[in-house]
Amino acid sequence: MNETTPVAVAQVPPPRKRPAVRGDGAPHRGAGHRPAPARRLLELLRSQGVLAVLLAVVTTASFVYPTFATLDNARGVTVQASFLAVVALGMTLVIITGGIDLSVGSVFALGGVLAAWASQWGVLPALLAPLLVCGAIGLLNGFLIARAAMAPFIVTLATLLAARGLLLAVTDEGATTYLVPKGSAFAGLGQGSVWGFGHPVLIALVLFGAGGLLLQRTSSGQTLFAVGGSSDAATLMGLPVARTKLLVYTLSGLLAGLAGALNAARLSSGVTIVGVGMELDAISAVVIGGTLLAGGAGSISGTLWGVLLLAVIQNLINQIGSLNSSYQSVVSGGFLIVVVVAQRCLARGRRAG
Amino acid sequence: MTAQATLPAPPGPLARLRDPAWYQEYGVYVAVAAVLAFNALFTEHFMTADNLRTQLVQVAPVVIVALGMALVIGTEGIDLSVGSTMALATALLPLYLGYGLVPALLVALLAGAVVGAVNGTLVSLVGLQPIVATLALFVGGRGLALVMADGQLKQIVNPDLLALGTGSCLGVPTVVLIAAILAAAVALLVRRTTFGRMIVAVGGNRSAAALAGLPVRRVLTGVYVLCGVLAALAGILATARLTASDPSSLGTLMELSAITAVVVGGTSLDGGSVRVLGTVAGALLMQLLRATLVKHDLPDSTAQIAQAAIIIAAVYVARERRSR
Amino acid sequence: MAPPEAVPQQEQEQKQVPEQVRQSAPAAVLEARSVSKRFPGVMALDDVSFSLRAGETHALVGENGAGKSTLIKVLTGVHRPDGGELRLGGQPVRFARPFEAQQAGISTIHQEVNLVPLMSVARNIFLGREPKNRIGLIDFARMHGEATELLDGFGIRVDPRKPLHTLGIGTQQMVALARAVSVDAQVVIMDEPTSSLEPREVETLFRIIGNLRCQGIAVLYVSHRMDELYRICDRVTVLRDGRHIHTGDLAGLGRVRLVSMMLGRDLSEARRTGLTRFDGDGRGDGHGDGRGDGHGEERDEGNDVAGTPERTPALTATRLNRRHQLHDISLSLYGGEVLGLGGLLGSGRSETAKVLAGALSLDSGELTVGGRTLRRMGSAGAIRAGISLLPEDRKAEGIVPGLSVRENIVLAAMPRLSRFGVVSRRKQDRVVDIFMRRLRIKASSPEQPVGELSGGNQQKVLLARWLCLEPKVLLLDEPTRGIDVGAKAEVQSLIDDLAREGLAVLLISSDIEELIEGADRVVVLRGGSVAGELEGDAVTESRLLEALADHSPAPTGKAPAGQEDPR
Repeated sequence: MNETTPVAVAQVPPPRKRPAVRGDGAPHRGAGHRPAPARRLLELLRSQGVLAVLLAVVTTASFVYPTFATLDNARGVTVQASFLAVVALGMTLVIITGGIDLSVGSVFALGGVLAAWASQWGVLPALLAPLLVCGAIGLLNGFLIARAAMAPFIVTLATLLAARGLLLAVTDEGATTYLVPKGSAFAGLGQGSVWGFGHPVLIALVLFGAGGLLLQRTSSGQTLFAVGGSSDAATLMGLPVARTKLLVYTLSGLLAGLAGALNAARLSSGVTIVGVGMELDAISAVVIGGTLLAGGAGSISGTLWGVLLLAVIQNLINQIGSLNSSYQSVVSGGFLIVVVVAQRCLARGRRAG
Repeated sequence: MTAQATLPAPPGPLARLRDPAWYQEYGVYVAVAAVLAFNALFTEHFMTADNLRTQLVQVAPVVIVALGMALVIGTEGIDLSVGSTMALATALLPLYLGYGLVPALLVALLAGAVVGAVNGTLVSLVGLQPIVATLALFVGGRGLALVMADGQLKQIVNPDLLALGTGSCLGVPTVVLIAAILAAAVALLVRRTTFGRMIVAVGGNRSAAALAGLPVRRVLTGVYVLCGVLAALAGILATARLTASDPSSLGTLMELSAITAVVVGGTSLDGGSVRVLGTVAGALLMQLLRATLVKHDLPDSTAQIAQAAIIIAAVYVARERRSR
Repeated sequence: MAPPEAVPQQEQEQKQVPEQVRQSAPAAVLEARSVSKRFPGVMALDDVSFSLRAGETHALVGENGAGKSTLIKVLTGVHRPDGGELRLGGQPVRFARPFEAQQAGISTIHQEVNLVPLMSVARNIFLGREPKNRIGLIDFARMHGEATELLDGFGIRVDPRKPLHTLGIGTQQMVALARAVSVDAQVVIMDEPTSSLEPREVETLFRIIGNLRCQGIAVLYVSHRMDELYRICDRVTVLRDGRHIHTGDLAGLGRVRLVSMMLGRDLSEARRTGLTRFDGDGRGDGHGDGRGDGHGEERDEGNDVAGTPERTPALTATRLNRRHQLHDISLSLYGGEVLGLGGLLGSGRSETAKVLAGALSLDSGELTVGGRTLRRMGSAGAIRAGISLLPEDRKAEGIVPGLSVRENIVLAAMPRLSRFGVVSRRKQDRVVDIFMRRLRIKASSPEQPVGELSGGNQQKVLLARWLCLEPKVLLLDEPTRGIDVGAKAEVQSLIDDLAREGLAVLLISSDIEELIEGADRVVVLRGGSVAGELEGDAVTESRLLEALADHSPAPTGKAPAGQEDPR
């Protein structure tokens, strides 16, 4: 009997409307905003800002540091970035639906250990073991979030802990380090290269291509945006909201596990201490890449640029040498505040017309 | 007429056991008692003064952080940056110890206040969701600490600071004493001060609080500042106990431990209540469980998985109650 | 209920049988038969039957709590009925989810645009059923083409690639309509579609509704704007308190008659002229609350009607404007009087009260309280100035359910009842004790959580919260809604007492009787403007109904301001 309560409230408040017609005699035209220059700039900054920053940083660095703009360095940076990229891909999907997955760092490490352990039986088990287990963790996240309606951050914080626990259990409390057999096909997956670019880079690119298609060109992808943009509207439109959430958290788990496996292949061993704080890097990359942390908008390509930007900054910090490598997270944190506040201002501007 | 028909009939003891609300309210105390009883019966050298003191000393920093977290959660918020704040505090200590203990402590606490002020401003003025607002400092805070400390672990030699970690008063370790005093202070704050009641009102119904003319923004900012200061204090005490400043590992996953303590202690993530005693008991429960598992030679892995399961269960129970 | 004036119609619709709706009209597309829906504590729909014919535009009207929303939710598959059945094209149907209702051809346009603001126009229209190319990927070229075509059909030219939020609300509403129609709808349900449209956008909407009618699509049109209903609707169904009151042709139905059915007032009874209860009360002698308002000049004593020029109003509002909600609202409120604020749902009643209490901002206009002009005061400022608002939505904006009765009462007064930031239990208890006794709040103790109390007692707790601030101006938004009869009488007599003590009271109520009985003057709002003012002997049910229904010029007092309502 809530006559006053709207059936569904759009998550982003609708803009205050302008007069639909500006007395120019053309009656039925869409009442388009003329965005103020500042707003337009902000909007541009949101959608393309990270690419511009990336290009600016790369250009400047190429002039200042001769060792930066070399093919070798480019290969190194991209391989470094590829693992985070794969994790961030899954994170992008999760964040677009308005959620968050804090468990990816642990799942990444777990995936690596499982892959290294299973690699003794060949390349297929080495891939299947992490995918199965990590996919199951993602599914569990999705189930608790979508069906039991629990808050994503607390669920995934708990599974962060659980995945670490599982990892310790698999490695005799961290005492055992599984090695990937030298020269095995699985090791080649991490260490081989085509035209000098490592396999992980190519795999990441293929996954990003597939992710882009999924997001932009399929109904499921559109559903992700709808769920993140307005969960109520999506429900009333008859979209499968719960199934979509299950899907993204499962995908996020799978991708984190796969990234971990690739990392293990490259390192030839299942290192147990990797992935700590990786969730934060992934979230940073996604948000810097222009995806709304509140959900409903974002792009795969932005995430790619975001990951590259973080990798380039890390590389530069290393090049400068005198700088502490922790500057990277300071920079990420700074970027995050700027981007998130800018996004918020945009949303407010939208509301204020 | 408006009879008191809405009053729930006093449930019998058996009905209580089936009521999730009851578990949320008292479950944590029962659990602490059960764990203690279990250990008294089956664990050797558990119920000794020494062991209990160790447990209390270990849990003290978590309790202090959880107190701040409880206040934040009371306003329907969350603060992910507490671990990073601890790292910042520990990184600043050795830099200013040269000027004496008090200036160093003040600087470290001030850093916590600044972190809280940034979080609080982002939440109350910019209007970000708390989880988004505190994420930036969660990411950047530890990095900043490492940058300031130049990425190094530094031994602490200042005897006054070390005394803070190892000293005791009438047999009670200073750290535990401080945590107990703070718990009492926060309980008093919540129950007896206007600020405390405003926190609860803002968390319970923000628009009602605003309509009643309460300074909602100032309350929100204040809560995050308080949480930041408490986290910084926990960082200082943990540093003193470690006898070293290690910004790379101090306080990692503290946000999880603190949130766990609050949630297990029966506070709903939806805000509107701050359960100080429950939070302390929640922290204690997690500590005792861990200790029990360790004493029984169960590996760390099991302890972590058990902890994860308890968090999920606690949040689920709280959710059950809300949805009814 | 009272038989409606059965007016013979020469339209081809068959003659209306007033009582029953179960006519077996050949083209009943959607039919509800004896539908009931129960929520905890409320019978939201009680044996409601009605039918929707192909090609008709059918108005659904009713005040708050009448069951309109519930009926719509049942028809669209959001709720499942507890009893009765739905028939679509003569066949019984059951919808488990909104999606199934859509599949069956029932589309809904909600009051709040129910689309995804950040997504493009075309994506919004085609969400969930995007056109695909041969390899199963979305064919954007085709999608944009089809979207453009569809919108063109509505006379809207807009780039389908633009994000929805960059469009005006009106255009967004059209996009929602486009989505609704493009799913091969047989029935389109529109829930207050014009509430945020500009007049010209409304015209577009009406044109589209005309097109739909030509295509034989049935439209269920929910609105409380009389002008619109009479312009575009063929028939009307009135709900009240979850029950079906009337279904019939609109053309012959008088507006006053319609409003009286919505409000549950019998017409014959409404004709009676009643005086307000308080005439001759000698109220408003200004020294009950003293300070500020009354003690400037005194006005003529005795049984005067309010509003004598030389009195200083406790609060004056001048030409308040708020986009889409309030247009040039002016009113004065005097100490010692109860000013009623009448209006149908959506007339701007609550918004006016919130603006006066600083809870909503103004685009323009001026507020004077106790001789001082206030600008941008906010809730705290309003409270300092002595204005208190009892909000309409008790749950959402009033009680803090987890806190005790005591704390809910002292919430707003907390700073005054504490020293150095420490709560003074002694002071609190004193205040709480006084008000619990004075308002006869029934709780097991002051420490009982307020969420456990009955609605009436919760309302009393809220009243106590505001009264303990000793306000000069008390704004009451639906103070007796949803509370039981006993508590209602108590609250009403309390309002009388307060006014007698010198308080200036603004009473908002959709209960006509309450307004007439309780208020000395009544200002009637319509479409966000002042439509008229009644005072003294003119405060009668018939006059009020006429003013609400915009039937004739308001009787006495000021001429109706909003004659040419923009809506």
